[in-house]
Parts: sequence; structure tokens; C-alpha cells
Amino acid sequence: MSPSSRRELPALVDYALIPLLNLAVAFLIAGLVVLAIGENPLEAVAIMMRGALGYPEGIGFTLYYATDFVFTGLAVAVAFHAGLFNIGAEGQATLGGLGVALVCLTFDGAPWWLVFPFALAASMLFAAGWAFVPAWTQARRGSHIVITTIMFNYLAATLMVWLLVEVMGKPGAMSPETRTFAEATRLPFLRDTLAPFGIDLGQSPLNPMVIVAGLAAVFVWILIWRTRLGFEIRTVGKNPTAAVYAGIDPGQVVIVAMLISGALAGLLAVNEVMGTQHRLLLEFVAGAGFVGIAVALMGRSHPFGVVLAAVLFGILYQGGAELAFDKPKISRDMIVVIQALVILFAGALEHMFRPALIALFDRRRALAGGAA
Amino acid sequence: MTGTSPPPAIQFVGIDKRFGAVHANRDVDLAIEAGTIHGLVGENGAGKSTLMSILYGFYAADRGEILIHGRRADIRSPADAIHAGIGMVHQQFMLVETMSVLENVLLGAEDAFRLAPSETRARAVLERLAADYELAVDPDAIVADLSVGEQQRVEILKTLYRGAEILILDEPTAVLTPAEATHLFRILDRLANEGKTVLLITHKLKEIMAITDRVAVMRAGEIVADFATRETTIERLAEAMVGRRVLLEVDKGPSVPGAVELAVEDLVVTDRRGVRVVDGVGFEVRAGEIVGIAGVAGNGQSELIEAIAGIRAPTRGRIVLHGIDVTGLDPAEIREAGLAHIPEDRHRMGLVLDFTAEENMLLGHQDDPAWARGLLLDGAAIHTAAATAFSDFDIRPNDPGLRAALFSGGNQQKIVVAREVARSPRVLLVGQPTRGVDIGAIEAIHERLIALRDRGHALLLVSAELDEIRSLSDRILAMCQGRITGECRPDASEAEIGLMMAGAAGREVRS
Repeated sequence: MSPSSRRELPALVDYALIPLLNLAVAFLIAGLVVLAIGENPLEAVAIMMRGALGYPEGIGFTLYYATDFVFTGLAVAVAFHAGLFNIGAEGQATLGGLGVALVCLTFDGAPWWLVFPFALAASMLFAAGWAFVPAWTQARRGSHIVITTIMFNYLAATLMVWLLVEVMGKPGAMSPETRTFAEATRLPFLRDTLAPFGIDLGQSPLNPMVIVAGLAAVFVWILIWRTRLGFEIRTVGKNPTAAVYAGIDPGQVVIVAMLISGALAGLLAVNEVMGTQHRLLLEFVAGAGFVGIAVALMGRSHPFGVVLAAVLFGILYQGGAELAFDKPKISRDMIVVIQALVILFAGALEHMFRPALIALFDRRRALAGGAA
Repeated sequence: MTGTSPPPAIQFVGIDKRFGAVHANRDVDLAIEAGTIHGLVGENGAGKSTLMSILYGFYAADRGEILIHGRRADIRSPADAIHAGIGMVHQQFMLVETMSVLENVLLGAEDAFRLAPSETRARAVLERLAADYELAVDPDAIVADLSVGEQQRVEILKTLYRGAEILILDEPTAVLTPAEATHLFRILDRLANEGKTVLLITHKLKEIMAITDRVAVMRAGEIVADFATRETTIERLAEAMVGRRVLLEVDKGPSVPGAVELAVEDLVVTDRRGVRVVDGVGFEVRAGEIVGIAGVAGNGQSELIEAIAGIRAPTRGRIVLHGIDVTGLDPAEIREAGLAHIPEDRHRMGLVLDFTAEENMLLGHQDDPAWARGLLLDGAAIHTAAATAFSDFDIRPNDPGLRAALFSGGNQQKIVVAREVARSPRVLLVGQPTRGVDIGAIEAIHERLIALRDRGHALLLVSAELDEIRSLSDRILAMCQGRITGECRPDASEAEIGLMMAGAAGREVRS
């Protein structure tokens, strides 16, 4: 019966104002860092925004990055709803890549639209399989999923090295990667599809997976808030004891939620392997699995929040690359710093401004109450 | 009392506190004379806890001040409160169970880097306190091995060791047997006689009548009455608390027991450490009767209920639901077989506080095809059902879309009761149905349970409130240390039931 449990903020404040405030502070501090290394932060922001959103090719790259982040962000978000911290999106996506590559290499030369459904299925299946072991040990043996998914990231990386060096690697090649898929089997670039309409996406590797990402967000929204399974997942996440009381087996729900989480992470591999790189190579996930954690935190595990946060991180990636190109003093590491600040303020210090805002709204309400 | 009398031990002057829209304390003026036992009663949410939290330095008042022995006290933290001579015995004990009594008393009051000198000193003080106030506890015993009554004595010793002149006790008897409660009251009497001031927060009006010198009643953040206990009655106190006349006695006719609906045979439940928390329990509950299980909290009642509901697996024995053996089935299957369960802790088990009330109406029934529309949940059907339940049970505020955490305790409990009663279960398990529930809601919940009985359903009731057990039950079983230690009619005397609760015949009652 603590009074604080009764405190509420308007949804708009909770879901829009607070994240924006956190973001603003993160940028403010990043600006100070930029200032400290002797550059003009306002100019830096301008370059970043122009680079990310100022022209079609930039937008193409931004959305391409965002596609990856939507998948991993949703993956982490679904696990969050079940009360699980899935640190393993990186490794799960890596295994998804193995699935995609096996399908594409098997049907090499077949038209992409024929291979596509199998690639989607394989990416999800392999990634979900990789998530299954940590999920099972968490559900049935109580091994903490944070620890096991981290270990499985390393295992995935090691497995990939072995496969690409010893088993699947291109014969005679120096770099550990498979052969490139036939042109027909690759996902078409939207730049080619849209070129006839006068939209020039330049060299951006944006492909149909951006649409799949949008659909995945809608799917997750329906799953979490409109289905029985979603209800069970949320119940387990919020109150496992009440779940047991309600006849829900928390272990089973943990496993199912992790399989869905893994499958979502796996879809990233279709974007990268079939849509962009056209071959399987080491570390193609490139940290997107970890960015997904920040995206899910910032998006407050809501699919639409995840999409917005993913686009924001897409802007940071693409704009940051342009910034590093224009301003040699600002390296790409600066983007990592900004990211870290966003994670710090949107995740770790999420509730920093809450008490102040609550006090503010209390005072307003008290005034309104006094007038009434 | 003349102008030369000493100033009151505590004087609240115009204490005002808001939490957002909730006006928790409105201009509270209250004086507690030194050397008296002063009761503070009120429904949940009346503002008692807020007032005590302000006194103990957990919250700062928006306005007003507190005078301790006539001097303005600026209490900003529990440390300040302790310094001002205020000691608090919380409802949930703040003890380190793996440490000895002596270590617990010293905790936070060690006066040097080396413990040995403090320990010697503390040992001497404890001996003196034990002699002065009947507060005998072995200083070298490990807290976990002590009875609940003894643990409470350690809490009181802790405050006295820190020089408390004013003791606040929050619902101190909730976890005690009647005999232990009597002992506690003797201690409090002694303390008051020695000049200490005791502030007793409770909702058991009988205790107020038995032990206090004065009693203050809070309602909606205000002190609405401050009586000399001698000059008031339980009825008047209840009326002041609720603001209207209340029916304290449950109005029910005789039961008409029918066929056996629930049979428990030689049930054994073992906890994680391998201790038999339910130890060979057997009984029957018939259609149309309420069987109450009386017992001090922690004697296996919770585990018994959870085992019947399928939440805990029994290690031995059988549970038979209207002729069907349901032993070992999971909670969903047992619910399917016609059992409903109002869990004793609505926050931990009965509700998901972050869910809306509507979503909470679904809990446990999420598999019901009535809520399904294809693969999705049927929002409209759920909403209609919730709205009906809300008006049936007069749940306020009447908005099923609000988060469950935003409802008062009584209304939260009504949500749980409404959900569990809705399907007319053949057997209903009821755990602590009115814990932390205000009097108005208690009335409503009791009525519902009786109505269910009268329609021929079987109810098994567990409650820490002996009065509740006695007024609702048609038969009473007493439980102690995992065993059924006796059975009696509800009109048996409190002393008789108390004796059975304490293990009864053979075992000596500890006091």
C-alpha cells in the first residue's frame, strides 16, 4: 500500500516525453564530448542529420540499418515481456545466417522469390534452435539466461569460424566466407526496384526485408496484447507466482517466448546474408544483437517504440559514418559513445527524471484539484 | 490534568500530506500523553501508515509539525526518529534470521570497531530489560529458531536498547496466538507503567478495548474521533471508522450440508528443506458448508490450500474433488474440475498488479473459449464480463481499464472474489479473504461467501482472524505445526479454539 504505487503519469509522458528527455540528455553530453575534442557539436548534428536523412541514399542506408535493429529490438522486447533478458540476439542471428546460407547454397541459382520463404523459415528455425538451449536450461534447471545467452554468443562465433574455415569456406580463398550466391537467388535491392520511379537510393542495400521488419512489429504487437499466449507471456514476466496460480507453466512460457525471441533475431540474417552480403561471412551481425538491447530498452519493449528507436539508431549509424568521413577528428567510436550514452540514459537511468516529473504533475493536479 | 502537567509525549500539529491526488493526511492534530497506551484505528487508506511514516521519518509532511515531549522535532529520517527516542516495531520483522538475538539487538548500534565491549554492555542491558518488562529472550539464541512471539520481543528489545521512550507497534498481534498476544499486552502494560509511551496501530477493535487508555480514529486522512477507551464501545469505534453503522455480526442461517465435495486424505506436503509443513492432514468439506481452518499464520495452512489448488505437489495422500481424484493435477486441470481459489496474498498470487483489472479477470481463465475469437482474445467479451462483475460487486472506481495496482485493497480483493465466484465453482478455497480490506468491503465479501454456501457450494476457509473464522464457518478445524489439532463448532469459546491452535492437549502452551 505504498503511495508511490498509486502514482501515475499520463501515457504520453511515460511513453514519449521521458524517452525524449533521456535522449536529449544523452545528446547534450555527447555534444560536450564533441566540444571537448574541439569540434562544433551543432555542426556535427547537422552533418549527421543530413547524412542520415538528407538524401535518398542516406535514407536507404538508415532504413537498412534500422531493419536489423527492428528484428533484434523486437527479439529482446519479446523476451523482456516474459521477464527474460536475452543478451543472445547476436549469436542467435549468427546461427540464423547459417540457416539462410544453407538454403541459398542448396538452391543456388533458383529465383529469389522461390528461395525466400525457405530462407525466412531457416533463419528463424536455426536462430530459435540456438535460443532453445539457454531457454531450456533457464526454464527447467534455473541457469540464468543472461549468463547462458552470453556464452552462446561466443559459442556461435566459434562455431562460425570452424564452419567457414573447415567446412563451408570457399576452396582456396583466404578469407573465411562461403562462395557468393548466384545473382538470381539474391534478394532484389530496392534501389533497382525503385530506380524506374526516379528514386535514387544510390548504393544503399535496402531490400524487401524492411517490409518484413514492419510486419514483424505488427505481429509482435498482436501477439503480446491480443493473444492468449501474449497474455501468458506477460503474466509470467510480471508475476510468475500469479502465473502458476492461473495454471500457466512458467517454464513452458519461458521456452516459447525465447523461441519467438530467437526467431525474430534470426530474421536479421535474411537482411544481411541474402539481401546484402550475398554470402555467409564471419561476424556479419556486427553488434546489431547488442544494439537490439538498447533499442528494446528505449522503445520500452513496445513494438512501435522499438521501430522508432531502431530508426533512431539507424540514423546514428548512417549519420555517424558520414560524420566520421567529414570530420576526421570524430571517429566512428564517437557513435559508440553516443550509443552508450543513449543506453545509459534510456536504459540504466530510465527513471531518473520520473520523480521530478511526478512532482511536477502532482503540483499541477493539486492546483486543478484546489480549483475544483 | 492541570496546566502543570508534563507536555504530551507526541503532539501532531496540523500535519498535512498529499500524494498526488490522494490527500493522505488532512490537518492532523493529535496528542499522545506520556506513559499511556494510545490506540490508532482506521480503515485501510485512512492515513494511519502515512502519519506513522511521517513520525518515523520515512516521509516529510507537506505542512505541520511534530512536538516530542513539548519540543519541536525535526525528523527527516528514521535515524532522527531513533535519536528522538522513537522506536518502531514493524508488522514484518526487520531481523537477520541467521544472527543471534544479541547480534540483532546490536545491529546498527555498535559503538566501536571492536564488537566485544558492545556485546558485554548489551548483554547486561538485555538482562535488565528482561527483568523489568517480562522481555526474557535467550541472547545467544539464533533468531530463526525463535517463535514468532519471541522474535517480536527481540524487535521491542531493539527499540528499547536504542533508548526508545515512545514505541510504535504496527498490527503487532497479526502473527501471534491468543496466548502470545496476551503476553505482549502484559509487556506493553509494564512499559506504560514505567513511563514509556505506546502507540498501537491495529484494526482489531477488541484489542483496543482491552489494552488502550485512549483511542484515536482516522478516516479519509482526518482524525474523526479521539475517545477515552473507557467511555466508548466497539460499535461506536466501528461507526467512526466507516462513517456509518456497520453490521459486525455475519448474518447467516444454519447450514444444510450435502454430499462430500472435497475430501483430503492423509496429505503430506514437504517444503524445500524437507520439513513436513503439512503432516498427515485429512478432512472433508460438504456441499453447502463452510469449513474454517483456524491457526496461527505459518502452521501449514497456506501450504495445505496450495496443495489442494495444485500449486504445490503433495508428497503423500489424496485429494478428491466430488469423487474425482485430482492429486497431482496442475492448477489449470483442477480449476477445470470445478475448484476455484481466492489466494491469501492477492499481490503475490491473486493479481498481476501491472495488468488492468479487466486483464486480471482473465487470470486463470485465459484458456476459456468464451474469451477467444479465432486465435485472438475477444476484447469486447472480456470487457462486458468485467463491467458486469464491477457493477455486481460495486468495485470502485468503476473502471475495469485501470491498472489493478490503483485500486484500494478492498476493491482489489473484490476483483479477485468476483473472478473466482463468477463460475459457480463446486469447491471454493478461500485464503485470508479480508486481510487488509476495509470494513465496508469485508461485509460485502462475507455476504458473497455466505450466499455461495447457501446455494450449495463447498467452501474451505483459512484466516488469521479468529473472529472471521468463527463468524463464517459452520465447522472449525484447528491447525498447528502441519497437523489438524482439533475440531469444534463455531460457538466454541475463543480460549478453547486458542488452545487447539497452540497444539492443544498434551503440548504445553508457551508464554
